[in-house]
Amino acid sequence: MPQSRDPKYSDQTVLMLAVRDRRDRAAFGKLFDYFAPRLKGVAMRSGLGSGAAEDVAQEVMLTVWRKADKFDPHRAQVSAWIFQIARNRRIDLVRKENRPVPEEIKIADDVEDDAGQILAMEQEAGQLKTALDQLTPDQRNMIEKAYLGELSHKEISDQTGLALGTVKSRIRLGLERLRHELKGMR
Amino acid sequence: MSQIKHHITDPMLVAYAAGSLEHPFALVVAAHVSLCEECRVQLGAHEAVGGALLDGQAVHAVSVSMKDALLAQLDVVPAAEPDQTCERSGAYPGPVMKALKGKPPRWKSVGGGVRQTLLHVDDDGSVRLLYIPAGKAVPDHGHNGIELTLVLQGAFSDEAGRYGVGDLEVADDTLEHTPIAEQGAPCICLAATDAPLRFNRLIPRLLQPLLRI
Repeated sequence: MPQSRDPKYSDQTVLMLAVRDRRDRAAFGKLFDYFAPRLKGVAMRSGLGSGAAEDVAQEVMLTVWRKADKFDPHRAQVSAWIFQIARNRRIDLVRKENRPVPEEIKIADDVEDDAGQILAMEQEAGQLKTALDQLTPDQRNMIEKAYLGELSHKEISDQTGLALGTVKSRIRLGLERLRHELKGMR
Repeated sequence: MSQIKHHITDPMLVAYAAGSLEHPFALVVAAHVSLCEECRVQLGAHEAVGGALLDGQAVHAVSVSMKDALLAQLDVVPAAEPDQTCERSGAYPGPVMKALKGKPPRWKSVGGGVRQTLLHVDDDGSVRLLYIPAGKAVPDHGHNGIELTLVLQGAFSDEAGRYGVGDLEVADDTLEHTPIAEQGAPCICLAATDAPLRFNRLIPRLLQPLLRI
């Protein structure tokens, strides 16, 4: 079988790359249709009303459009990248001062996409989703609260022990890959 | 190569990934991640978990008018945002330089040759740089809450172990410790607490409100 020149990325990655590289509005519209209702759902979990939660979803998606050039599929899934944008927005809203961010790793601009790396990241993300689906409803609820910003670090420490261990054990492989990737950038 | 042996705890890294970590601790985590490849990778993994959870969230339909309003904004060029990043300078990682507003620290003596630069105080706690001359000790203290200490230069030892550049000590209210800087270079640390420190000797305790530690 001849290898296809076109790697079989997930729909989300294909759409996001179209937004990043071609400023494709139709692709952005599709990402919006998928993520905006979920972002709204997360905002409503935190107690916002429907209107305010829509404003959050709108702001986050506008940032997705404006900062699309920062999307790097070798290092983060589309969903993980949008998760970070939503998180940053939430912090910036509460704090007037600068949000502490780690130094960025310098990456050469002209590096071509490494399809193998991107596909591997996607595969890991798929496995991670499966692992999350296997948590008990209680564990899943706790993990969601922890990662969606609804628990303090002390509460995470006191309440999520077992569930966090389960999740951690599933992201180990992905960690190896990302570690390798980061080494290559130094 | 990295010699870092003491890392951020998982709950703290999850809280940072989730955006719920108090500002003083978040600064220490950002500084540690700047120095520690291992924790940078871990943070990326936790953000991947966050993404997977976002992906699996229940949907709440958004209005068509909101989508139209958003699409109409795509051509608007936004005002430039303030830069969130800052370059590393000497022993100080980027996020610390950002907290210093790009300037060298202005040290104030706290006694015993130890100096500090307060970076931030709020209701969630405080974060400061500590300068401990070689061989000197930070006054014996315990904590009402949690104290994070990240070594930026030199090394210190206390009852819990030895900490070199990039190492992070997490001390809670069960630890009474006296960090002592190693011989050689002065030790510079980034230290954050979510409650005032308790000093065990009378004089530092009286000075505490003045020093804001």
